[in-house]
Amino acid sequence: MPTLEVKDLYVSVDGKEILKGLDFTVNKGEIHALMGPNGSGKSTLAYTIMGHPKYKVEKGDILFEGKSILDLKPDERAKLGLFLAFQYPVEVPGVTLFNFLWKAIQANNLDSTSPRIKQLPKSVVDYKKELLEKIKKLNMSEIFVYRPIGVGFSGGEKKRMEILQMAMLKPTIAFLDEPDSGLDIDSLKIVADVVNSVRNPELGIVMITHYQRILNYIKPDFVHIMLDGKIVKSGGPEIVEKLEQEGYAWIRETTAEAAD
Amino acid sequence: MAEAIKNRIDLDYSKYDFKDEVKYVYQAKRGLSREIVEEISYWKNEPEWMRQFRLRSLEIFLKKPMPTWGADLSEINFDEYIYYIKPTDRKGRSWDEVPEKIRKTFERLGIPEAERKFLAGVGAQYESEVVYHSLREDLMKKGVIFTDMDTAVREYPDIVKRYFGTVVPPEDNKFAALNSAVWSGGSFVYVPKGVKVDFPLQAYFRINAESVGQFERTLIIAEEGAEVHYIEGCTAPVYSEDSLHSAVVEIIAMPGSHVRYTTVQNWSKNVYNLVTKRAVAYEGAFVEWVDGNLGSKVTMKYPAVYLMGKGAKAEILSIAYAGAGQHQDTGAKIIHAAPYTTSNIVSKSISKDGGRTSYRGLVKVQKGAIGVKSTVRCDALMLDEFSRSDTYPYMEIEEELVSIGHEATVGKISEDQLFYLMSRGLTESEALTLVVLGFIEPFAKELPLDYAIELNKLIKLEMEGAIG
Ligand SMILES: Nc1ncnc2c1ncn2[C@@H]1O[C@H](COP(=O)(O)OP(=O)(O)OP(=O)(O)O)[C@@H](O)[C@H]1O
Ligand SMILES: [Mg+2]
Repeated sequence: MPTLEVKDLYVSVDGKEILKGLDFTVNKGEIHALMGPNGSGKSTLAYTIMGHPKYKVEKGDILFEGKSILDLKPDERAKLGLFLAFQYPVEVPGVTLFNFLWKAIQANNLDSTSPRIKQLPKSVVDYKKELLEKIKKLNMSEIFVYRPIGVGFSGGEKKRMEILQMAMLKPTIAFLDEPDSGLDIDSLKIVADVVNSVRNPELGIVMITHYQRILNYIKPDFVHIMLDGKIVKSGGPEIVEKLEQEGYAWIRETTAEAAD
Repeated sequence: MAEAIKNRIDLDYSKYDFKDEVKYVYQAKRGLSREIVEEISYWKNEPEWMRQFRLRSLEIFLKKPMPTWGADLSEINFDEYIYYIKPTDRKGRSWDEVPEKIRKTFERLGIPEAERKFLAGVGAQYESEVVYHSLREDLMKKGVIFTDMDTAVREYPDIVKRYFGTVVPPEDNKFAALNSAVWSGGSFVYVPKGVKVDFPLQAYFRINAESVGQFERTLIIAEEGAEVHYIEGCTAPVYSEDSLHSAVVEIIAMPGSHVRYTTVQNWSKNVYNLVTKRAVAYEGAFVEWVDGNLGSKVTMKYPAVYLMGKGAKAEILSIAYAGAGQHQDTGAKIIHAAPYTTSNIVSKSISKDGGRTSYRGLVKVQKGAIGVKSTVRCDALMLDEFSRSDTYPYMEIEEELVSIGHEATVGKISEDQLFYLMSRGLTESEALTLVVLGFIEPFAKELPLDYAIELNKLIKLEMEGAIG
């Protein structure tokens, strides 16, 4: 049984149809890259899977370990082991990441006896210890977790905080929505190192990106190209090379041909 | 999700909503008249000058029209209230001396416990009179005075006569005049030159009876270089008939002194809370108002600081929460009357279920007050589309060499914020609680720890409790 299966998914936002019959499967242990031009619906897919109330599923289904999750709220999906590193992380004035993340971990601890939950810290002392280790790995200063979430953070700092949360929450399937955009070359490498360090057979990653660079550090098993609300091409890393050279025109042509 | 946000934040009042069957020593009949004022004066056995002051104030009260701005006060009927209730014959110096039922009330409210833990002195007022007062021995020896206002009039007539009614004269507004006529209880704090009171002094005001008016009068004097932190808390049980709370607070901050005044009012939702609070700050003095408004039906309160001496400083930090049927019309007023004075106003408000918050503020810089710096920031958070929030910032700047900043935001809790927090595993109500607590964090962090915890608990209870 696939870990996460998206079947013939149609999604609309404010009455506008964005995903138009999307099929997609990801398993634990796999790394997928999801690429596609601006506005093709990559973030929409990630939001929908995480259960954003604005994104309405019109048709199709999303299954986690064989069960539909369409009726689950975002927090219930999180507790199942889904995670989303946001393309545009929000700001929450007055709330520190330190407090928030500990609350989140406690909430996860409450709910389940799955192997994933067993790995989460159970005491605030263990939590703090692990958090500090991971901050160090991300080459960040501790002060960031004691500042209000996102407030006054640079774009790159926000992205690293997302990766930090992933590393702490130990999801089963993680969507990383452009974790590389806005990062300088050194930060990109650090983020890639951290992602690689959390790689394990119990974690499936879907990396949304526009660039080959991060994929040089984090080797995907599968690459998918999205166009106008659908996945139009899937394959191995070789697709990325070709995309870098020829742009999306190549995909548009081949899919147009196929449609003829 | 937006719909689910409704009915989530409603401050839990059950803890404060209990009534006592107390036999009072004396209770005035309903309504206000010259006889009532004279009766109050008689019971207090006070000097002639105070009796005259009361009667003069009554005249002013009767002449002044109701304010036509601010909250809706049209339902107030001055004939309906009981203006004076004397709950007991004497004031306790230890809790054992306080009548049992009244003592139990304060125990339930956690006052004696807080006193043991971290307060330097405590006053407890029940209806119209202060029933308990204490002050740490060493502070007494240093000349600090912390007693109820009635006692002060009798025992420290010189100081009282010199300052009483000078910061808030009865002519100031209708409710200041009312208070001046029928005032009873309240705190008197005097800190001699150079004395620093290391722990807070606290007064707690409790209304127990129905349709009663509470009119305490507080006077705080910090002599040169003195420091004091005064805290005030207030609650009442829920009744179907309205009560009226109309206090006057006067603070005199002498050169180089530092006075901090913290209030968190959590009156029940049938109380009109119409309060005049004002401080004067002389050269280099620092006055802080930390003002929380969670309860009451209607509150009109605009803590003010008159910066009279060079380099004096004022900070006014407030939060207001308005749920169904509540209107919090609150704000701040700063008069820069001297050069190089600075002021900082931060106001946060939350409205929900049709509740209404208004920020009303005045920053005035008088001619000649050069080098003034002032910043005003007000943020309003509305939790649903039925609630309302307005901002009325007034500026009167008569001097050019000044720096004035004003920032205001009005927001709804964003769906994206909630979604973000929920996507990590928090339930919707947990996420909402966190956002609201984050919003009031700048206020909460200025409270003594125990109060901050209490405030957080109050807000949490409702938001998390309601989802079931
Ligand atoms: N909340 C929303 N309200 C209105 N339109 C939306 C909303 N979210 C997405 N859209 C629209 O849906 C389409 C797909 O957006 P989406 O963010 O999923 O694209 P994307 O593939 O992630 O693009 P990018 O590479 O620029 O991040 C766009 O046309 C966008 O304007
Ligand atoms: Mg996107």
